[in-house]
Amino acid sequence: MRRPPLRAWACVAALVLGATTGLATEIPPAQRRSGFDDMSRESQAMQRDDTANPGMLGVLEGETLWNEKAGFAGRSCADCHGDARASMRGVAARYPAYSAEQGRPVDLEGRINLCRETRQNALPLPRESREMLALSAYVAHKSRGMAITAGEDPRLEPFRARGEVLYRQRQGQLNLSCAQCHDDNWGKQLAGAIIPQGHPTGYPLYRLEWQSLGSLPRRLRNCMVGVRAEPFAPGSPEVVDLELFLMSRARGLPIETPAVRP
Amino acid sequence: MGRALINVPAKAKRGEIIEIKALVSHPMETGYRTGPDGTLVPRDIIQRFVCTYNGEEVFSADLFPAIAANPFIAFTTVATESGTITFRWIDDQGRGQIETAKITVE
Repeated sequence: MRRPPLRAWACVAALVLGATTGLATEIPPAQRRSGFDDMSRESQAMQRDDTANPGMLGVLEGETLWNEKAGFAGRSCADCHGDARASMRGVAARYPAYSAEQGRPVDLEGRINLCRETRQNALPLPRESREMLALSAYVAHKSRGMAITAGEDPRLEPFRARGEVLYRQRQGQLNLSCAQCHDDNWGKQLAGAIIPQGHPTGYPLYRLEWQSLGSLPRRLRNCMVGVRAEPFAPGSPEVVDLELFLMSRARGLPIETPAVRP
Repeated sequence: MGRALINVPAKAKRGEIIEIKALVSHPMETGYRTGPDGTLVPRDIIQRFVCTYNGEEVFSADLFPAIAANPFIAFTTVATESGTITFRWIDDQGRGQIETAKITVE
């Protein structure tokens, strides 16, 4: 936050100069890996140690919010869902999930806000607010170590397919698609950084560059600004479809929330 | 202030060197950044961190604006006797946060 997002720009420029135009080929399941494996040993140690991982501060705050009564209904999350350790186990691993009321998938943040509006009679939390990040980190933390299963529901297929189209679509002034970096050139160097495969295994995660927790849509905005495209609006159907595609693409990898990334 | 995560070994041998880690949530706003309206965001940093072991100071640090948000401080001390280790952070607003941890020395 304190630094201007120079790195993202430099990265994209380097890729364009490198002129790597390849075919968008899918990564074989056996080769799928988390961005964790490409981090420095120090950053990996920070993520592993719960007393050194700053994302755990958000999880702690989320625990308080989970038990706090909110809205005119005067109900807390715990009043309906009970102990999150049991009721929220594996939930983040299958989100974004299909919502029958909405007739489309909702992501974890969207689900929390739906609960707030319909069950708690409370105002929705702003997407990138401290409270929302803390609460979603707390819920997702309960799935830590579990394999991602998102996108198994057949009703999600058209949305997943739309997410895949967005993933493979060239966009922005630099005319790049997500796939050109994260499918075709992962593992290669982009300026000083290694291009990850782009699996959203640890969101919301603590990015050292942000000096705070941040959501997957925030990370997507980062990339989109990098290719000089107009970022999708927070919580828009496009973002959720793209999140759904990315999560189903990461199927089988373990949830790491709260992850640490440089 | 916010929340803190403390890592102190629950048990140690007398004379053993133990590592203590303390992480606290704080924005560590430098005072040099401008907000959306173009005015400077007022400085808000932790100025001082003090750790006492049974009332005796074993470690302290002065913090400055270049230190990142949610400062993480790790240091070592010698386990002398069973008791309480107290951590204190004081910020620009004069707000303090105190956390304690118990240690058993055999």
